[in-house]
Amino acid sequence: MSAAEPGLTVALVGNPNTGKSTLFNALTGLRQRVGNYPGVTVARKSGQCDCGDGTKVELIDLPGLYSLSAASPDEQVVIDALSGHLADDRRPDAVVVVIDATNLLRNLFLASQLSELNLPVVLVLNQADVAAEQGLKINTELLSRRLGGIPVVLTSAWKGEGISAVRRAIGEALRARVRMPAVEWPPLVEEALADVAAGVAADIGRAPGRADVERLLFDSTTSVGQRLGWAAPRRDVVIRAARDKVRRAGYNPLAAEPLIHYERLRKLLEGVVQGGGNRTGGSAAVDQVLLHRVLGPVVFAGIMLGMFAAVFWLAKFPMQWISGGVDALKLGVAPLLDGMPMLQSLVTDGMIGGVGAFLAFLPQILILFLFVSILEDSGYMARAAFIMDRLFSWCGLNGKSFVPLLSGFACAIPGILSTRTIEDPKARLATAFAVPFMSCSARFPVYALMCAAFIGPLYGPGWESVVMVGMHCVGLLFAVPTAFVLTRFVLKVKPQPFVLELPRYQMPKPRDVLWRMWQNAAEFVSRAGTVIFAITIIVWALSYFPRDPAVEQRIRATAVGVAPAVVDAQVQSAYVEQSWMGRFGKSVQPIFDPCGFDWKITVGVLASFPAREVIVSTLGVTYSVGEGAEADSKHLQQVMRDAKWTEGPRVGTPIFSLAAILALMVFFALCSQCGPTVATLAQETGGWKWAAISFVYMTALAWLMAVAVYQGVSRLA
Amino acid sequence: MTPLSQLLPGQYGKLTSLNPERSVDQRLMALGLLPGMVLKLVRKAPLGDPLAIEFAGQVVSLRLTEAQTIIIDVAADCPIQRPRPQA
Ligand SMILES: Nc1nc2c(ncn2[C@@H]2O[C@H](COP(=O)(O)OP(=O)(O)OP(=O)(O)O)[C@@H](O)[C@H]2O)c(=O)[nH]1
Ligand SMILES: [Mg+2]
Repeated sequence: MSAAEPGLTVALVGNPNTGKSTLFNALTGLRQRVGNYPGVTVARKSGQCDCGDGTKVELIDLPGLYSLSAASPDEQVVIDALSGHLADDRRPDAVVVVIDATNLLRNLFLASQLSELNLPVVLVLNQADVAAEQGLKINTELLSRRLGGIPVVLTSAWKGEGISAVRRAIGEALRARVRMPAVEWPPLVEEALADVAAGVAADIGRAPGRADVERLLFDSTTSVGQRLGWAAPRRDVVIRAARDKVRRAGYNPLAAEPLIHYERLRKLLEGVVQGGGNRTGGSAAVDQVLLHRVLGPVVFAGIMLGMFAAVFWLAKFPMQWISGGVDALKLGVAPLLDGMPMLQSLVTDGMIGGVGAFLAFLPQILILFLFVSILEDSGYMARAAFIMDRLFSWCGLNGKSFVPLLSGFACAIPGILSTRTIEDPKARLATAFAVPFMSCSARFPVYALMCAAFIGPLYGPGWESVVMVGMHCVGLLFAVPTAFVLTRFVLKVKPQPFVLELPRYQMPKPRDVLWRMWQNAAEFVSRAGTVIFAITIIVWALSYFPRDPAVEQRIRATAVGVAPAVVDAQVQSAYVEQSWMGRFGKSVQPIFDPCGFDWKITVGVLASFPAREVIVSTLGVTYSVGEGAEADSKHLQQVMRDAKWTEGPRVGTPIFSLAAILALMVFFALCSQCGPTVATLAQETGGWKWAAISFVYMTALAWLMAVAVYQGVSRLA
Repeated sequence: MTPLSQLLPGQYGKLTSLNPERSVDQRLMALGLLPGMVLKLVRKAPLGDPLAIEFAGQVVSLRLTEAQTIIIDVAADCPIQRPRPQA
């Protein structure tokens, strides 16, 4: 306990997908992400909750779990929060166990285990609306009485029904501190538990908690021993003897816990639930089609195709409006700053141009998340994982890798975070390693610019879409062998179990779907306003300064009889060339020369390491700096098409040849150019080692492949 | 006594034994899959693996290899009574 008297905390616990986050949102007025997939919440989140009488408690939303014998990192989060043995944590003052009212028996197993924590408990039977639909009648009074008088509340969190009763129940639990009676172990098992407790106390000098003792006795793989500092040889002797005692009681020690708890619960639930017939009927009929041997994969492929088609083509129109708006804004603002060329350049090229180019991709993000949230909330995502598991198992992963990888197409960060539902740390690492290869929405601007500027005009819109789709597959093409080698030869991942609950189907809730879209859009826009904005301005400044008037004078003095427009252009490019950025780019360019990148592209590539989408605005700046209002995106495409090599063996040929364009896109498809992703990887894999490996591997691979593509295509063409 | 992996879709029966040493089976036990419980093989995934099994009002996925050591006493009134001969 910390010295300063903190407020009361109450934790929400329960099986996955029971509605904990929905209830949390209803109680706190916050908006945590919810979804119909076991494993939506992967970290603890807290908020303030009013107990109905003005007292405020801190409410903690936790990931779902089926049992206290933690297997995956998201489950470990719960165990840590409940036992309060993390440095900055206290044990909660009470727990609210959220239970799916349509499956009391299974859900109560966790509650029954939790009773050993000796904390006040509120039992919330959620999804009462579904239970009623299924014709289930639950006698909450009887249940409460059998559970020692703890408050039992029936709710429909989604509809907001029963929320104030939950508030009152939390208040009551904190006042009356009624606990749920613990399970009665058979005498020999009880003795075995006492033996383990005595063994721990003798060796480490303090009595362990009851819940810890149970983990030590019943779990074959538990980290409790390490945490308590109870060392191996002594520990193993004590535990082996205790398990022998459990065996004498007639139980397999590793099966004793669920057997005894379920036996207790079956008796406890007698007469509590009435009615209810076919609980999985409706979903089974839908699965008949969606998981059908032939129809299933067809529907799956159709959904994926439809999703990407919508992202590419539907988003085109709003994207054009945004670009149009950005160009109009530039034209409108530029005259206001006439006479202040530096400020004019900063505002139009740097700020409006750079951020505008980035914002144009907002519609795609919205459409992608529309699909992802509908798939998830309907219950299809778990089926997709079920269909894909076989393919993933081939490279040592499992179906649970599907959700992280699919999320990776939007953004690698949520993708990496959602690997927490994968139990095996190595399989989890391999998945997290593969996620940044997925073609995230930040790569889209690069492909879109190259396709719009070159592929479309030169080869027609058909090829434009082929290249677009192809580029989205490049990452996947390299991710699969990478994962294969990593799991088979480097990490040596054992074949993964795949136990995933297939939740019942439901109508996606527009409120949740829209909220999810809004959250992601807001995050994207705030990135545009902060990181992207800052990098854009830095790039602008580095390519604008130093601005020595002598450069201009020299050119104007020698250019006699040349058209003024041509002189202006010469002046601009001379300025860029001798700017800090130009000098730096030129000195690094030899590294990228085999990929066919000139120093301006090199500058773009280097500036994009913190965030890859910066390339679009950087090219905008380096290719059109100082041109003020005329520098709209069409203009940029024109300037890029006209750009020619001015020195070296390729002098006079276009810089953006087909080979160079493809090499550039392949480079961006594979390169690790996202600061936040690298940081997330480090955080989730417990250190910088794998983040560094990922960065070096992806960047080296990108360079190699870009060289291969450039050399190959330029020989062929 | 038939391994779950050899059941045909739609067949069901009582669980007679599983392997508590294995973490998969420990998970299933936590979900309520204990000896005596009726278990149904709902379907196989389109590629033949994994399986979808139903017990205690829930549908859960499970890989074929994991199903090999889960032994079922197939009910006599199953729609298809004869398990597929071993390959
Ligand atoms: N019909 C109905 N659906 C609900 C209710 N409460 C939650 N849901 C839905 O159940 C699904 C799961 O809700 P979440 O709040 O994400 O569940 P969770 O317990 O936080 O899940 P995890 O974070 O994965 O452990 C969502 O699709 C919700 O919309 C309810 O009272 N009635
Ligand atoms: Mg949640």
